[in-house]
Amino acid sequence: MSQAQPALELVDIYKSYGNLEVLKGISLKANDGDVISILGSSGSGKSTLLRCINLLEHPNAGRIIVAGEELELKPAKDGYLDAASRPQLESMRSRIGFVFQSFNLWPHKTILDNIIEAPMRVLKQPRAQAVARAEELLARVGLADKRNAYPGNLSGGQQQRIAIARALAMDPQVLLFDEPTSALDPELVNEVLSVMHSLADEGRTMLIVTHEMRFAREVSSQVVFLHQGQIEEIGSPEQVFDNPKSARVRDFMSSHLS
Amino acid sequence: MNWDWSVILKYLPRLLEGTWLTLELVAISGLIGIALAVPLALMRVSTSPWVRAFPFAYIFFFRGTPLLVQIFLIYYGASQFEAVKQSVFWEILRQPYWCAIIAFSMNTAAYSAELIRGAIQAIPRGEIEAAEALGMSRPLQVRRIVLPRAFGIVLPAYGNELILMLKGSSLASTITLLDLTGMARTIIARTYTPLEIFLAAGVIYLLISGVFIGCFRLLEKRLNRYQHYRHQVPTELTKIDPRLQD
Repeated sequence: MSQAQPALELVDIYKSYGNLEVLKGISLKANDGDVISILGSSGSGKSTLLRCINLLEHPNAGRIIVAGEELELKPAKDGYLDAASRPQLESMRSRIGFVFQSFNLWPHKTILDNIIEAPMRVLKQPRAQAVARAEELLARVGLADKRNAYPGNLSGGQQQRIAIARALAMDPQVLLFDEPTSALDPELVNEVLSVMHSLADEGRTMLIVTHEMRFAREVSSQVVFLHQGQIEEIGSPEQVFDNPKSARVRDFMSSHLS
Repeated sequence: MNWDWSVILKYLPRLLEGTWLTLELVAISGLIGIALAVPLALMRVSTSPWVRAFPFAYIFFFRGTPLLVQIFLIYYGASQFEAVKQSVFWEILRQPYWCAIIAFSMNTAAYSAELIRGAIQAIPRGEIEAAEALGMSRPLQVRRIVLPRAFGIVLPAYGNELILMLKGSSLASTITLLDLTGMARTIIARTYTPLEIFLAAGVIYLLISGVFIGCFRLLEKRLNRYQHYRHQVPTELTKIDPRLQD
């Protein structure tokens, strides 16, 4: 794919809840293989931005373009934008992997069924193909023995690894991670980060909202710092972590990296 | 007082006939009721106020009026309209059996719809968001995630509703049906042994309820088996209270 066509492009995303402006015009571009970490203090709009990309939140204005295809938006009630075509939204969502802070596995389905559900029902893959791929992914996240377990039997870290496998089963063009380790006990964080690390290493395009500074620094090709709904600073990890232009980013880093 | 066992024994076959009709009424009404309740519940959680309005009015009416009044309205009310008597529906509406089934079905549909609505709203939002994020269409979400989850949640409450309906079905006797209660009353009119016969009827109702409860326990275990993982109770706690071990 040519450089002219980014894997994901956001143009001037605005989002407000009533009078509260959460995102004030954010533009962002991710090329194939980019790993972009989105940092910022709580309330800066990081998660909202990520959720706007696949319309889990409805922006008030802006454009969303995935691999050259623009998501058609139309005005809905309360000034929000909604998908003009539900089938287009569904098709784009199936190409954007999303990993939630709280895993959100379906508790009534086994691990295997959690993973093969969308490939079979959305992508219409035959069961054998979906199962084969799921087994591959389970092995990859180190949980091959859990295929017949239920999410309730797993630890948080294991559930999050399954959630990542579930997203990967769709072979997404872009992976979005919304604070994937924030709900985990400290000793379980690393097993999830190491899976994400390996995904970054194999050249996946990823946007990661995280508070794991060391991890962000290691894997990112680009770091974005959000403050009050705007991009305060953007650049290479070396620049943003070691040599930030903004005093605010400097303060944030010194309090989080000490 | 003269307690007479023999009258129970003598009329037991008739009582069982009545029991059969009771079970038939409950089973058929229960099935129709659930079939009506699912779409009603789905309409009830719609984001459109227009779609919500119909199930709201329906449920408001059927929960707010006595079942007996509903039965009378259908059984006695329908015959007041010449148009109904001329229509093809008259063949059904002139039979007390079908009037009872219509009343019970519509009544239990209202209560079940409210139960299912509650269950749907109890599903953690994130599970629906996960389905959304994977590109599932709304009907697919309903079929694969929302309803299976809601049924698991609603089951204990629905068992309760079924038992209430079993007991409510005794009102069928007021429109000449010889269900368990109707049969008991008919027998008593002949034998003047209300205590023996009503007691026998009561025991039969109790047994049916017991079977219902048992069935729902099993079904619940099967449907909610994902919740039956071993809880990790700290050993200090099991020392304080051994019951925590299971």
